Amino acid sequence: MNDRDKVFTQLAEERWQVSLKLTLAMMFIYFGFILLVAFNKSLMGSLIVPGLSWGIFLGSLVIIAAWVLIYIYVSWTNNYYDPQIKKYINSSK
Amino acid sequence: MNTTLGQFNLTAVSFFLLFVVASLGITYWAAKKTKSTAEFYTAGGQINGFQNGLALAGDFMSAASFLGIAGLVALNGFDGLIYSIGFLVGWPIVMFLIAEPLRNLGTYTFADVVAYRMRQTPVRIASAIGTLAVVSFYLIAQMVGAGNLIKLLFGMDYELAVVIVGCVMLAYVIFGGMMATTWVQIIKAFLLLGGAILLAILVLSQFDFNPFKLFAAASEKYGPEVLAPGKQVANPLDAISLGMSLMFGTAGLPHILMRFYTVPDAQAARKSVMYATWFIGFFYLLTFILGFGAMTLLGQDSIKAIDKGGNMAAPMLAEHLGGNVLLGFIAAVSFATILAVVAGLTLSGAAALSHDLWVNVVRGGSANESEQLKVARGATGFLGVLAIILGIVFKGQNVAYMVGLAFAIAASGNFPALLMSILWRKFTTNGAVASMITGTFSSLLLIYLSPTIQIDLLKNTEAIFPLKNPGLVTIPLSFLVGIGVSLWKSDRQAYEKFSEVEQLIHLGNAQFVATLPPDELDGELP
Repeated sequence: MNDRDKVFTQLAEERWQVSLKLTLAMMFIYFGFILLVAFNKSLMGSLIVPGLSWGIFLGSLVIIAAWVLIYIYVSWTNNYYDPQIKKYINSSK
Repeated sequence: MNTTLGQFNLTAVSFFLLFVVASLGITYWAAKKTKSTAEFYTAGGQINGFQNGLALAGDFMSAASFLGIAGLVALNGFDGLIYSIGFLVGWPIVMFLIAEPLRNLGTYTFADVVAYRMRQTPVRIASAIGTLAVVSFYLIAQMVGAGNLIKLLFGMDYELAVVIVGCVMLAYVIFGGMMATTWVQIIKAFLLLGGAILLAILVLSQFDFNPFKLFAAASEKYGPEVLAPGKQVANPLDAISLGMSLMFGTAGLPHILMRFYTVPDAQAARKSVMYATWFIGFFYLLTFILGFGAMTLLGQDSIKAIDKGGNMAAPMLAEHLGGNVLLGFIAAVSFATILAVVAGLTLSGAAALSHDLWVNVVRGGSANESEQLKVARGATGFLGVLAIILGIVFKGQNVAYMVGLAFAIAASGNFPALLMSILWRKFTTNGAVASMITGTFSSLLLIYLSPTIQIDLLKNTEAIFPLKNPGLVTIPLSFLVGIGVSLWKSDRQAYEKFSEVEQLIHLGNAQFVATLPPDELDGELP
């Protein structure tokens, strides 16, 4: 394996590392929410302020978490992964 | 309260006819641009990221989620939110694991990706079975939904409504292909988002634009239970199983996956998921306000009086807040929604029949353009007629349950094989086929043995399988079978060709073509 191949392998590995970590984070957040719904109904029903229960608050937070994780992924690929791939492709020319 | 739902409504019918005429105009325009197979299946890859994001969101914001979830929240409060969140969290999974590799490896169907380094025939047949199973159940749900909805909204016959949806949809797909299907979907997504925003603003205007005041009013009227988990999630394992199917099902839905081929490159695919997630999340937050708004402003009894499942909550709310004109608009948008989703489903099913089965299995990968187009249009016609028949035969079936079924099959039959073909070098042809077949048929079997069929439908006293949704068992099973079979007997071609797959995933088509000698490209790339 030459240096150029190593750069590619490492880049590919990094990309999947980031993807899998973010996937696990999403699973952790979502299944955490589901488990709370399933096993701690009284907490989810208690109010933070009048009209806003923990259930509704955490539920909305899951949606926002999905947005944030996607934002993290997009900014990582735009600022690191894409330029590195471009550099790798140009290095063959 | 008084409602004109279920009677002939001139405003609603005019809005609807306006939409149909406009969309047929788009079809006429698209038909002139649809001459090649690539244009028919993927609009020639010329849709940009933002447009595709809207189209993806449109595919997902079906009438089931708009009317169904608003109704579920109106009747059950918090429990409705569990569904919308489950539908949304599938999107980050699509983004992180599937979207870009799919765009870079395939041309028309997800089977292109799985079959890339495998023996074509078995993999194509297995994935076509998975695709057609998902598409059929999804189609049943949409057609049955359409029939009921139109009966309620326009006072039209159920069968007539199903036939109209089938025929208009066929016109889009056969003549306009993906180009027409996508633009109809984009326009619909705009109208649906616009309608939902307008309704939400009208609801909130009665509560000083403070959603908490709305929720407080709801809990004052129907008790604090409406803000807490209720009887819909009685069994924790059921909740987890449903959650798994919803989360991984999106990444296995053929009509969603196919949309990634309509954009020019992986960056655009990424952008489109970002926009789609943003629109869908926002839309689900809105349906929550609509649901509680309907609960508080209309009352649960008057919603149930029109439709026991609560599906008419959003249109009734529109009538209450904006009179006949807003009702007509929302009704027409709901109808348009079903049309557009059915069109996308039919196109992805047709791609499996013609591209996977006819071109790659029967013709061994080489068929000329005009033959491919003819077969694709023929398959579309066949599926359209099938959709109409299914819609009529399955009249009265529970829509949400059919959608749940489609998600469970997608998550167990399609998703595991797709993911392993992208990520795992040792994955083999036999492993892929075994995983897809096991996933598809074990979900079908366990659904048949579940309480929903055995107790609710067949009136038996107990069910052999305790869970309503099979995902908890079938998704891991499909992975394990795929891994086990692959480790049992290795596949040299699949192993060696993985480096090529890796190159393509990360570098994309254009770069790959440039670095290979031309003779290796024959039959591999479009």
